[in-house]
This record gives sequence, C-alpha cells and structure tokens, in this order.
Amino acid sequence: MVNNRPGVLNRITNLFSKRNYNIESITVGHSEQEGISRITVVVQVDDEKVIEQMTKQLNKQIDVLKVMDISNQSIVSRELALIKVLATSQNRSEIYALIEPFRASAIDVSKDSLTVQITGESGKIEAFIELLKPYGIKELARTGTTAFPRGTQRTNSNKSLSIV
Amino acid sequence: MTQKAVIAEKKGEKTTKSGANFLIDALKKQNVEVVFGYPGGAVLPIYDALYDSGVFHVLTRHEQGSIHAAEGYARITGKPGVVIATSGPGATNIVTGLADAMIDSIPLVVFTGQVATSVIGSDAFQEADVLGITTPITKHNYQVRKPGDLPRIVKEAFYIASSGRPGPVLIDIPKDVAILQAEAEEDPEMDLPGYQPTLQPNYLQIRKLIEAVSGAKKPVILAGAGVLHARASEELKKYAEQQGIPVVHTLLGIGGFPADHSLFVGMGGMHGVYAANMALYECDLLINVGARFDDRLTGNLAAFAPQATVAHIDIDPAEIGKNVPTKIPVVGDAKEALAQLIAQNGKLPEASEWVQKITEWKEKFPLFYEGDSSELKPQKVIELLHKKTNGDAIVVTDVGQHQMWAAQYYTFNKPHAWVTSGGLGTMGFCVPAAIGAQLAEPDATVAAVVGDAGFQMTNQELAVIAELNLPIKIIIVNNHSLGMVRQWQELFYQERYSHSLLQNQPSFVKLADAYGIKAYKVTTIEEAEERMSEALTTDGPILLDIHVAPGENVYPMIAPGKGHHEMEGVKK
Ligand SMILES: Cc1ncc(C[n+]2csc(CCOP(=O)(O)OP(=O)(O)O)c2C)c(N)n1
Ligand SMILES: [Mg+2]
Repeated sequence: MVNNRPGVLNRITNLFSKRNYNIESITVGHSEQEGISRITVVVQVDDEKVIEQMTKQLNKQIDVLKVMDISNQSIVSRELALIKVLATSQNRSEIYALIEPFRASAIDVSKDSLTVQITGESGKIEAFIELLKPYGIKELARTGTTAFPRGTQRTNSNKSLSIV
Repeated sequence: MTQKAVIAEKKGEKTTKSGANFLIDALKKQNVEVVFGYPGGAVLPIYDALYDSGVFHVLTRHEQGSIHAAEGYARITGKPGVVIATSGPGATNIVTGLADAMIDSIPLVVFTGQVATSVIGSDAFQEADVLGITTPITKHNYQVRKPGDLPRIVKEAFYIASSGRPGPVLIDIPKDVAILQAEAEEDPEMDLPGYQPTLQPNYLQIRKLIEAVSGAKKPVILAGAGVLHARASEELKKYAEQQGIPVVHTLLGIGGFPADHSLFVGMGGMHGVYAANMALYECDLLINVGARFDDRLTGNLAAFAPQATVAHIDIDPAEIGKNVPTKIPVVGDAKEALAQLIAQNGKLPEASEWVQKITEWKEKFPLFYEGDSSELKPQKVIELLHKKTNGDAIVVTDVGQHQMWAAQYYTFNKPHAWVTSGGLGTMGFCVPAAIGAQLAEPDATVAAVVGDAGFQMTNQELAVIAELNLPIKIIIVNNHSLGMVRQWQELFYQERYSHSLLQNQPSFVKLADAYGIKAYKVTTIEEAEERMSEALTTDGPILLDIHVAPGENVYPMIAPGKGHHEMEGVKK
C-alpha cells in the first residue's frame, strides 16, 4: 500500500533494479482508501532471505505504508489476459469449445481472428495460452497478477511466487 | 520577530507569500546556520529572497563543493547540511555528494531549481529529470507542485533527513512555484503516515543479547558510524567498561570509542590492525553496534567471524542480516539500546583470558613502517600532525592511501572529529568538507589531509577558504601519484602503472599563493616539524605541500577475497 504521490512507482521499481531483483510482474491501481494505491509485485526468488531484504527495503520508503509478503498465505489472485488468435471458419467452433471450460469469453471477432479475454490465476492463464498456441497467437497482452489475502486464512498454499 | 509574524505562528493561521519566501522562512524556522550553494536561472527567485534574508550563504565555486561542504558540516554537528543548486547542470553536479551522503547516512536537505511547471517534460533549457536521477541516492525526494506546500515539505525534509537512519532529502522546486504567491500555514502538520523509525529496542531482544554476553568467552564489540550518529559514545564506553568487552571500530566508527582506552582494539577491515581483525576472526560473540558489515570491513564473508554468534544493533532493520547471518537482531537507536544494556547490568562474561590475548596481539603486532630519519614517510607526516595537534584536531580526509594512513596513525580520543568519505570513497571530498567542518566548529583546529590527486578535483574551493579566512590547515600528502591505484597495480597488476603516476603537477604552493593562502613546500622531517608548528600558530589558512617518499604502500592489508586471518604486512 503506497501513498498515491508523484514518483512513488519510480521509487519502487528503482529499488528493485538497484538491488538487482527481477520483477515478473507489477500491477498498480487505486485501493479502497482515497489517495492510497495498492501495488502487487510478483518476483521469482529461491531464497527466503531475498524476500526479507526486499520487504525491508520497501518498508523503508517514506511513501510505502504497508508491505505484505503473501506468498505463504491463502490469497485471492487474478490476472487478465487478452489473446488474439488466428481463427478460420473451419476451426472457429473448436476454439469456442476451449473458451467455455476456461470461462473465457470472445470479445472481438474478425474475418480471420478471434480475441479472447480470460481472467484467473496465472497458472490457468498459462494453460489456456498453451492450448491456443497451435492455432497461432497474433497478439498477447497480460496484466500481471493482482492479489490480496483471503477473508479467512487457511495456511499452506505454498507457492514460489511472492507478492509484496 | 514582528508582531505580525508572532501572530501568524499560531496554529492554523495562514500567511500569504511567495514560494521562495516560504522556503527561506522555513529554513529560519529550522535554525539553519549556513547554506551552501550556487545560483542559476531556475533558482533566481530563491536567491532573490535570500538576498536580504539574513541567512548565511556560502558561495562555493562548484556545486560539488557545496554538497561536500554541507556533508562536512553535517558530519560534525549531526544536523542536516543545506544546499541550493540550480536546475540541470547545477543539480547534476551534486549527484556525487548525494550518493556519498546516502551511503554514509549523512543528513542533508538539498534544494534544486527546476524549469517552470508548464515546460517540464519539454526538454527545456537546463531541464533534467532530477527526481528520476536522484531517486536511488536519496532517502526521499520531492517535487513541489504548489508554493503553499513548501512549509510542510521543508519541515518533513528536515525531519526525514535527521531522524531514524539519517540521509539526504532533495526538494526540487519549479521556478514558477518559487515565484507564485500562496496562502499557507507557517507550521503545518507533517503528513508522513508511512514513516515511523523504530527507536526503542525490543526488550526481549535486549534480554537475549544480555544472555549471550553472559555466556561468552570471547566477546567483541564492533562499533560503527551508528554510534556516532546516535551520539552514543558515552554509552558505548560505559557499556564496554561495565561488561569488560573489547571494542573494534570501523573506518566510519573512528572516535566512537577512545583510542587510549585499555579495551580499545583498533580499526578492523582491509587496512585495519592485526589485533582488530583477529579479534573479529576468533570471537565467539560479535556485537555489532551501528555498522553495516561493509565488504571493506568483513573481507571474504565466507571466512568472517566463523565461530561467532552475531548480534546486531541497528536503527535500520534492513541492515540486519543483509550481509552476515544474525542470531540476535536489535532494531533501535544505539543510544537507547546501550542505555538499556547498561541499566540491565547483565552477568559478566568470563573474558579475561580473551582480553589478555587481544592485548598481546596489540603489543606484538602494532602498526609499523620502515624508514629512518633520512626519508619523509607519509605515516610520519600523520604522526607529526598528531603530535603537533595533541591528537585534538578535527581531521578531514580525501580518499586514497593518505586516508588510510590518517585512519591508522591519527588516533582519536573523542568523537565527531573524523570526517571522511567511507562508503562511496569520493575523491575531491576533503577540501570542501573541511570548509563545512570548520564552519561547524569555528574554534577547532581543522586539518585537511588530502592526496595530491584528490586535491586537484576540488581545489577551486581554496577561494572560499581564503574569502572566509577559515583557519584550515591543508596537508597535501604528495606522493606524485594516484597512490592507492598505484599500490593495487604494484600488488595485483604486475607493476603495470597504467595512468597512476603524476609526472606533471602544478606548484601547489603557487596555486595557494594565487588564492592568497600562505603555503610551503616541505621535503624533510625537520621542515615538516617546523612548518606544522608554524601552521598551528597561524591564524588563517595555510597549505603544506608535503613531498613524501613515493612508492610507499598501506599495510597491513587483507587482499581482496581474503579473510581476516590472512593479513599481509603484519610484521617486519
Ligand atoms: C572520484 C574518484 N575517482 C576515482 C577514484 C579511485 N581512486 C581511489 S584512491 C585513488 C588515488 C588517489 O590519489 P591521491 O589523491 O593522490 O591519494 P593517495 O592515494 O596518493 O594518498 C583513486 C584514483 C575515487 N576513489 N574517486
Ligand atoms: Mg597521491
């Protein structure tokens, strides 16, 4: 949670590059409180100590109000992807058949392509992309994950991703 | 203060003035004694407000000089040094000083001009993205959008710079914001919900530390700059004495513990003393007070304090466990933590054998250098300076061999008398930093110990020394080389002296003379004695260009990648 002030995002992304940490994805948007934004960062790390350092360094920033490492919490996390896939009249219905079980939706149709929107956890999105690949993906846009802890905590949904 | 101003002080009451005037009045409110700066287009409104404000401003001859002078002032007083620079090149000229202050935790409040709000982003004349450039090297930075925000922002900046782990804060002020009038409270509330430094250590952690001490046989304290930032040298002394624990210090921790004390071991690290490094290597309990386990201190981390339980007292939780695994973290102010430890008066460790062993190391393996009276050795220069000043001077150094010799041979019995660029190792630091130090303590003897190369990076500030008649004693340790580079090339690059030997030097005596500063060239021990005596009885500034034996190396030394037990050059 950060104060929505000029330069905040720059300070945070800067910190990651300064300390040589790699960001997999980052999302920013308004939170429930006015003037306060929520940033969700996904990083791949092998070492708990790195996460600890990151958390501490982020906490030191004046405009950072709260940092949570939610890797080991039960969380709700969602990502949105837009996928423009090649679609001919022959295979169009085949693609629709894939869309349905993933609860994705077709949001734009043209003569030779179909644009699909899917939301879900990153794993689900990756699986879906794999299934569409054989048809030929023309364009792909992913938002990155945004997340927070569930209302009721059940421990141990152990993941390698960490969200600050 | 006028009647009107007094009334305006009342909470909630608002006054109307220009951004520049809000700024100047906010500086007065912070009791700023001196501002270092350099004018230019974007800060003209600020300089105009400064003109008859009564605020003491020092015009350095380069913005880098301003910021190092502010650092020198801050390093002595503990109060934020204040700098003003113009937009674009003025701002980029202070980047080195910001990085220096950031890594050494020096409180600064720096104002930069910026192009007018309406043209930001258009590559206007003298526009630079100062927030972007300085984000990684400031504790915090601001760009002011409304003149009325200035009182709050300045107040916050001083608070952030000087509280918690100190550091530089930059405030970027677009020209129109300085000019425009606005209505604002003079003493507004700060708005810093995300900033709450932990000062009070956790009681349970203090108990753990006390328990560890009581069971230790070979405890050692590592005293870092945090002791000095927290103004905790009295507490450190009391605690070490109460528990009978020997004290090693870092380069920036010099003066935190008196060198004439029986529990004083000396400086650890790359050019530290044998006893200190062996104490770090063999200890079973390492109590780090306000040091950040820099690589120049630890040497090879794999061989660092292999048998030790590590306890670490630090105001910055991010420093704890960053480089060295730490069993007992204590987050808090060093003064507070030490005061609690003293008050708890824990069971003493059985460390008499250990203290004895360290004393033997000190006696057996003291610092030494070869040489007789025929040659003027650089170490001798520092020894003479110590003798002539009774070890009582404020010593400001540049970066290189002379810095290490000053750290080794000028022993300090009191705190806040050592000013050096540690973490960044910034050549050019010394001359301007000495100006700041002398202004901080006008009556102190300030010795600026500087290399012949580093001197040439900021020697234009001699103008300021002359102008203000600051009685700084400039000691150039002239070895006709970039000595520290030359040493590494000798030791690790087969004596291939690539661009490290200075064949062509100006006459530093004539240079000083051109600025109206008394100066002498010195080549023998006798001359050095004589001229130093003269320097110390001279009221104004003086420069001694002391030609020392070239080719001298700094020893002892831990070579890169080696551990504390692998020191070289320990014994004759
Ligand atoms: C701005 C900057 N550039 C380069 C260096 C690398 N460097 C470290 S020590 C040194 C030589 C310094 O020479 P001098 O000032 O004569 O001091 P000496 O080592 O001879 O005592 C150099 C070039 C540095 N520390 N800072
Ligand atoms: Mg030199």
